Amino acid sequence: MTAPPATGPARTAMHLVDALAVVRAKRGPRDVVVTTMAPARDWMAMAAGELEPLDLVLVPSAMGQATSMGLGLALAQPARRVIVCNGDGSMLMNLGSLVSIVAAAPPNLVVLVFDNGVYEVTGAQITPGSVAGVDYVAVARACGFKSVYRFSDPTAWNASADEVLGAVGPTFALLDIAPTPGVPGPRSPGPAAERSRRFIEALRV
Amino acid sequence: MFSGEEIARLFAALGVTHVVTVPDSTIGPWQGAIERHGVTRVVRVCREGEAWGVAAGLHWGGAKPVVLIQCTGLFESGDAIRNVLHDWKLPIFSVIGYRSYLNQDTLPGDTCLVFTEPTLEAWWIDYRLITSPDQINEMGQHYEACRAAGKPGAWLIAEGKA
Repeated sequence: MTAPPATGPARTAMHLVDALAVVRAKRGPRDVVVTTMAPARDWMAMAAGELEPLDLVLVPSAMGQATSMGLGLALAQPARRVIVCNGDGSMLMNLGSLVSIVAAAPPNLVVLVFDNGVYEVTGAQITPGSVAGVDYVAVARACGFKSVYRFSDPTAWNASADEVLGAVGPTFALLDIAPTPGVPGPRSPGPAAERSRRFIEALRV
Repeated sequence: MFSGEEIARLFAALGVTHVVTVPDSTIGPWQGAIERHGVTRVVRVCREGEAWGVAAGLHWGGAKPVVLIQCTGLFESGDAIRNVLHDWKLPIFSVIGYRSYLNQDTLPGDTCLVFTEPTLEAWWIDYRLITSPDQINEMGQHYEACRAAGKPGAWLIAEGKA
């Protein structure tokens, strides 16, 4: 086997900001959006200091926990849609959570994996998933996700986002993202415990 | 030490809405009784570190979850515990099976006996060691005290011969 180049395999891909812009435009007012790692960094930048009350930015995080936290939120808040914006490195760190999600079967949970093939926030080292050529869509299907999608360009993603977010879940969508090496990781938007308290209050409305 | 029915009734009495769990041979058989009781939902996860994240999401969403795992899973859970209990300061309660405590002949030299309690102390988890069925009232009281104080707590359930 020949290892792919350190920058990852050549492929059609979106910019992370363009892919996240679709989520920002399509989310409903009662939707929870969970972000982590590079998606958290760019989500905060796009919000320009005005995060929504139902934005849960996982900084600081335990890498890989976004899908698990999203599962718990979806189970506790069945009347809300919960959208998890995960990275592929984070997904690899908690791949079993896809099985746990299907076992619990929350119809209101959407897992979006922004796959750039690298650990971007630590300097764009290639992931083992990229080396191995993991087909995350096939993994999600094999785990039993009811609705599975893949998008490689922002036009197609934008055109189908309503369908993806409105599908009976649990839903999985892979978004092919171009790495942006050299950009630092996310910075905390404030003390986590205080943000936690405000988030709980927002969920009670 | 406890039947599944006793644990199911205790969880229900305490208002526990979800038990997020990976089984072992002592706590695993409780799952069926909890589900039959019909008050507390069992959420099965693939590894123990997941359980803390799921419990965090449940807590944020207004539920009253408990993490139910063996002490080996406590060791596996380190970074999730750090983030959930200490970054986000969520008062997640856990039930930890203490492998080999009551029967040290099964696994002679089991290092679970060396590391479990220091690990709970290192993570600042206020635990009660439960070695007798007579302590069931103490378990409820400890759970309620931890909730009232808004701090993480645990029952450390001695496993082996009852």
